[in-house]
Amino acid sequence: MKLKLGIWMLVMVNLLIWLGPFFTVLDPETIHWDHMAVKPDQTFWLGTDVMGRDLFIRTLLGGQVSILVGLVASMVSVFIGVLYGMLAGFVGGRTDAIMMRLVDVLYALPFLFLVILLLVFFGQQLWLLFVAIGCYLWLDMARIVRGQTMMLKQQAFVESAVALGQSQVVILRRHVLPNLMGVVLVYATLIIPQVIMIESFLSFLGLGVQEPMTSWGALVNEGAGNMELAPWALLFPALFLSFTLVGFNLLGDGLRDRWDPSCQKQ
Amino acid sequence: MISLVVRRLLWGIPVLWLILTLTFFLLRAAPGGPFDQERQLSPQVEQLINSKYRLDQPLSEQYLSYLSDLLQGDLGPSFQYADFTVNELISLGLPVSLELGFYALLLALLLGVGLGLVAAAQANRWPDLVAMLVAVIGISTPNFVIAPLLILGLSVHAGWLPVGGWGDGQWQHLILPVLTLSLPFIAAVARITRSAVLEVMSQPFIQTARAKGLSASHVLFKHGLRPAMLPVVSYLGPAAVGLMTGSVVIEQIFGLPGMGRYFVQGALNRDYTLVLGVVLVIGLMMLLFNLLVDLLYRLIDPRVASR
Repeated sequence: MKLKLGIWMLVMVNLLIWLGPFFTVLDPETIHWDHMAVKPDQTFWLGTDVMGRDLFIRTLLGGQVSILVGLVASMVSVFIGVLYGMLAGFVGGRTDAIMMRLVDVLYALPFLFLVILLLVFFGQQLWLLFVAIGCYLWLDMARIVRGQTMMLKQQAFVESAVALGQSQVVILRRHVLPNLMGVVLVYATLIIPQVIMIESFLSFLGLGVQEPMTSWGALVNEGAGNMELAPWALLFPALFLSFTLVGFNLLGDGLRDRWDPSCQKQ
Repeated sequence: MISLVVRRLLWGIPVLWLILTLTFFLLRAAPGGPFDQERQLSPQVEQLINSKYRLDQPLSEQYLSYLSDLLQGDLGPSFQYADFTVNELISLGLPVSLELGFYALLLALLLGVGLGLVAAAQANRWPDLVAMLVAVIGISTPNFVIAPLLILGLSVHAGWLPVGGWGDGQWQHLILPVLTLSLPFIAAVARITRSAVLEVMSQPFIQTARAKGLSASHVLFKHGLRPAMLPVVSYLGPAAVGLMTGSVVIEQIFGLPGMGRYFVQGALNRDYTLVLGVVLVIGLMMLLFNLLVDLLYRLIDPRVASR
């Protein structure tokens, strides 16, 4: 049920975000001087912000950015996490112990503070945002992948690959990696909402996506600054953001309940 | 036990050093300096200022003298708040942040565990479904979204609570910040508690307790609750990290004079010493808190200690 609900919510949001812009003639950057902070009406479906820009199209385009950042940065963190976890789990021994100890230490650090510093200092380029968020969120993935790899390593087909004299790289790529993919995909869906949340958190602090581009976090920030004048400018992006995050979380939870054997007891 | 504490504290020294060093050189590698935004200074004045703050020395020397000052407990003068040392600023801001974090954590534990227990007791019936739906929404709604909405509803329109500020730390000023800060953690704790209780309640020792004819509440609270709290306790470490980051936003939104505010402002103004000081304090608190969590874990589950 969770799974279905999550999928439906995401389908709805995505249809709206990617197709919605074709149904409006308004432009996200045009300033309507005579329509500043107007309530939702027939022309401005979600109203306008205090600068007189149409909120409907801005919310949709902001959503496109938020979701794209979510997907790309998730890929970065999945890549790092899988590589790290697979190496630690496969090599084992002291290397594994040190690598995992490092993960423990990083876990306990307020890593996001370093990300904030990085973004403050080196400008707010989009690629840096991806890398920064990606580098922040790989820890869980590394742990999960390591556990799985250690389990796979003891399976007969890996043993036979070793006996056949295949190189370690080949074993990792041909035998271990494909078998990891299921678990990785399930947990990757749980990383996406976290990424979107962090992106919006950074955008809220003014460190994320920069004008003229916008994202849900940036819109919430603008809306919160003028909420007494135009509460709808806060309300609608906030609703979209939460709705999408709920959708992703339901999807991830649902997938995990269904596919992760360690969760099937309940 | 004592050896664990000592070992962990010793481990903390290189960790803190690493964070400090990383931050120090990151700060210095960044373009711009602390006095860029001021009006044009004459070269002589600029030189005086630079020598006062040791900015005229080579970077390695500044680093070493910072560390040696630090070992004597001196975090240096703030670059931006002209008459304050970083020690003074932190001693002003830290209590506010700590109070906020403490109450938020307390609320998250009380409400979260309570909700989780209710949900587990009513598993798969409507109270459970409602509680878990609320929990998913709670986890999915960033607190910087909830905070303005609550301010709009409860402060601006209803006028029940102050819009922001610290006042003299009266409880009215605490309610909204604490509530918004703790909401995602209430939700997370509730979910963890629910699944942990469900798992524990299917164990053989619970069956034994039931078979002895103990009452349901006795089984749950005397036998089930303690092992079910283990995952909650191990979640406390990451939760504390989250609370720290969350309070940066919360302090900004509500205009509270805590440490999180110094961090963002300090970074924007290139207030090197202030940012370093805040990073150090946060790192230190994280280490101590994680140590505390480990000790608590051992207290609840003696098997860990004997391993």
